[in-house]
Amino acid sequence: MENLQLIIPELFISIMIMFLLIFGVFKKNSSQLVYNLTTVSLVAALALIINLDPQIQSSLFNNSYNIDSLARFMKILLILSGIFVMLSSSKYIQISKISKIEYPILILCSILGMMVMISSNDLIVFYMGLELQSLALYVLASFNRDNLLSTESGLKYFVLSALSSGLLLYGCSLIYGFSETTNFNQIMVNTKEIEYGLTFGIVFILVGLAFKISAVPFHMWAPDVYQGSPTSVTVFFALLPKIAALTVFIRFLYIPFYELGDQWQMIIIFLSIASMVFGAVAAIGQKNLKRLIAYSSISHMGYALAGLSTGTTQGVQSSITYITIYLVMNLAFFSCLFMLKRNNEYYENIDDLSGLSKNHPLLSLSLLVVLFSLAGIPPLAGFFAKFYIFVAVINEKMYFLAIVGLLATVIAAFYYLRIIKIIYFDPEKEKFESKHNLGLKFTLVASTFFILTYFIYPSGIVDIISQIKIN
Amino acid sequence: MNFPILSSLILLPTIGALFIFFVRSSNSQYQSSKYVALFITLANFFLSLYLWIVFDKSIVDFQFVEEREWISGFVNYKVGVDGISILFILLTTFITPICVITVNATIKNRLKDFLIAILILETFMIGVFCSLDLVVFYLFFEAGLIPMFLIIGIWGGERRVYSAFKFFLYTLLGSVLMLIAIISIYWITGTTDVIKLYELGIDAKYQNLLWLAFFSSFAVKTPMWPVHTWLPDAHVEAPTAGSVLLAAILLKMAGYGFIRFSLGLFPDASLYFVPLVYILSLIAIIYTSLVALMQEDMKKLIAYSSVAHMGFVTLGIFTMTQQGIEGSIFQMISHGLVSAALFLCVGVVYDRLHTRLINRYGGLVSIMPKYAIVFMVFTLGALGLPGTSGFIGEFLVLMGAFKKNILVATIASLGVILGAAYMLWLYKRIIFGKLINEDVKKMVDLKRFEIVTLWLLVLPIIFFGFYPEPLINSIEVSVANMIDMNDLDKINKLALGD
Repeated sequence: MENLQLIIPELFISIMIMFLLIFGVFKKNSSQLVYNLTTVSLVAALALIINLDPQIQSSLFNNSYNIDSLARFMKILLILSGIFVMLSSSKYIQISKISKIEYPILILCSILGMMVMISSNDLIVFYMGLELQSLALYVLASFNRDNLLSTESGLKYFVLSALSSGLLLYGCSLIYGFSETTNFNQIMVNTKEIEYGLTFGIVFILVGLAFKISAVPFHMWAPDVYQGSPTSVTVFFALLPKIAALTVFIRFLYIPFYELGDQWQMIIIFLSIASMVFGAVAAIGQKNLKRLIAYSSISHMGYALAGLSTGTTQGVQSSITYITIYLVMNLAFFSCLFMLKRNNEYYENIDDLSGLSKNHPLLSLSLLVVLFSLAGIPPLAGFFAKFYIFVAVINEKMYFLAIVGLLATVIAAFYYLRIIKIIYFDPEKEKFESKHNLGLKFTLVASTFFILTYFIYPSGIVDIISQIKIN
Repeated sequence: MNFPILSSLILLPTIGALFIFFVRSSNSQYQSSKYVALFITLANFFLSLYLWIVFDKSIVDFQFVEEREWISGFVNYKVGVDGISILFILLTTFITPICVITVNATIKNRLKDFLIAILILETFMIGVFCSLDLVVFYLFFEAGLIPMFLIIGIWGGERRVYSAFKFFLYTLLGSVLMLIAIISIYWITGTTDVIKLYELGIDAKYQNLLWLAFFSSFAVKTPMWPVHTWLPDAHVEAPTAGSVLLAAILLKMAGYGFIRFSLGLFPDASLYFVPLVYILSLIAIIYTSLVALMQEDMKKLIAYSSVAHMGFVTLGIFTMTQQGIEGSIFQMISHGLVSAALFLCVGVVYDRLHTRLINRYGGLVSIMPKYAIVFMVFTLGALGLPGTSGFIGEFLVLMGAFKKNILVATIASLGVILGAAYMLWLYKRIIFGKLINEDVKKMVDLKRFEIVTLWLLVLPIIFFGFYPEPLINSIEVSVANMIDMNDLDKINKLALGD
């Protein structure tokens, strides 16, 4: 029973899912209420996680579920992002007429799945969490079912994701076959020698995971899904699954297969370089902001993977720092996107931003900060994210990766600059609405403030992250 | 603890920018925000003047050093000045208020934003010159791109977008390799603190690659041939104040970087690459001077002349002699003043006729005599006539070069003649000649604020031309120490075989 104490946050969210489902069915027109209750329950879950003893290191349920510093940090990150996503997109779902009771409940389901993924220490548990997350996301992607693009994106995501899950499961079965266990720690004990079957298993699982964080060459779904889904879902896609998948990446590579580093290192380096370069090049021609941010997030995942590929604790910590700053930057970017509203219609083409700085100086200023930060220009937070990654990479003497990565930043800088050019240098267009709800404003101000002032005290986050123990 | 004077120098402009940003704007307050900016930049100037006065020129060590933990266990925020950097700080704080005064005529829209950009840029520029940690230096060095990109892009001329992009991407591409080098230095030596690195030294086997990485960044920023092409574009399209800052200060960051980091940290590699720098500098001096002769556009001509002048600077630095390095620093300060002045002069006539084409002018001497006088002084300063600051710099550089390599020095001297040719020809075509164009006849002579700004620049150019002692005095000890510490003399002698 005392084990249950440690998973109270997960239990709480499960109970809230069931409660809200029943509540929503019995109470008419309660979609907004359910939405708000979801946000509140996320806040409560956050409080419950923070309330857990930070020093705790334990494995539950026959060693298949880990509660440790990594899980704690990632869950806090996950739920915080969830709360901000909910805050910033509440108006959007009303206006886009997707405000149904299922919407917040599906989000809760997928967050629950991600929490399970983050804590999983076993292939089966991990797969269960992954599917719980994915199934909710399929529905969310096609939530705006009257919209052709949204339906298409949901279907596309479903088909491709099912394929990748199949590969992943096959990889799990191979690993089980060669190591006679599904438990991560046990796998490490049982696989002292390299066997081809095992390597295949690792590759298949990496493919599945790379699909989830949309690393090249498994990125095909991302641009379409990002563009087609309702923006409130896109922001969810851009933030939360990445946290969960990255955590699984860390656990999977650094617990069972840490000894087999030379087997997977080349794969991760390849994924990383391909993502950084492809993401940067492909984004250049884009006209739709959501599509552009899809390519940009592909590129950013490449940098996060570069940190992982080093095989050192420092590398992992730099990846976690990277993803943290990435989350804030994307949150700020999407908050800006939610503000491009005129007559109950949202605008998402780059051209719509033309001359924004004349009519909306503050909004353009935040976009400016966010975009320069995404491009990794000092002294903004994005620079430090990349800086930590390269410190870890160069420490391992992986100069090729570092040089390619930095050249990719220069290419990427081009398309970020292009947006800035359209905002600041081009002639102005019609004004957007300047009234926004408090949650959205708060999200934007908080995230921009974080990006802008990160350089004053950069050690804060690094110190917290350096407490995280991997194995 | 003492008053953190350097940090205040860095922070003051940003505080001013925030103040301007948060004060609500209305049309009437446009003027007041300008006075705020002027007040802040002047305060900064006097602060740096005070710094120069209390600065002890006879001490080798860095002074006014402040150190604070920043990224824990890794990078410390560390600033300090020696005789070299203090001059560049003075130059920065001297030029910035002049830029603020010129916005009167040149900036028609979004004045407030422009002032904020300039103030933020000043913060970064001062930061570059006083940071004593490689990462902090990189941070300031790169951060300057953001305001400059906006200054060119928002307030620039017709092809401003192209120029702004070119400027940004060229410089960024050059700098990323420097970042790799900085991180590598950290892993090789365990610190990025410049003073510690001076003491520790870097193993000779790493130096060449690291030197090249730093060189790629500084060569673009200097700019050296063949990566100079962003400069004419950026200069031509930038508004007057932007061109002035670009020519007077941003280019100097690279020259300063060469002295502080390339020579200071990698003396062996610097020696190894001397021929490369000589050749590139000579090409810059001769080739860009010839290109400058051909220009139809005034700003482009001055931009190319900047490249040629910076060629003298790089040449002087890599002679690695006392005279050469002192001459380079002097040349940078002098070029900072002269090129700023020349761009202001172009701005004056551009505001009246809205063209920069040389052949649209002619005969200005009869209608704008005051303008003709100051322009004459700056032209002579640019071509290095004795009695102007330009002469001292070029003379010292050539003296250093003659010590080392007579052929190089001779070719460089040809550059001086070419410099005289294009500057005097420019002057002749604009100021003398027949007054043909009708609209030129309507031009009015200098207004009061223009007289103030231009004469403010005439004074130091002539003063330091006749009496260079204060500047030389300030850099002498630091340069001698730099040469001493790295045994540049000894290395030189070995290389020469005596």
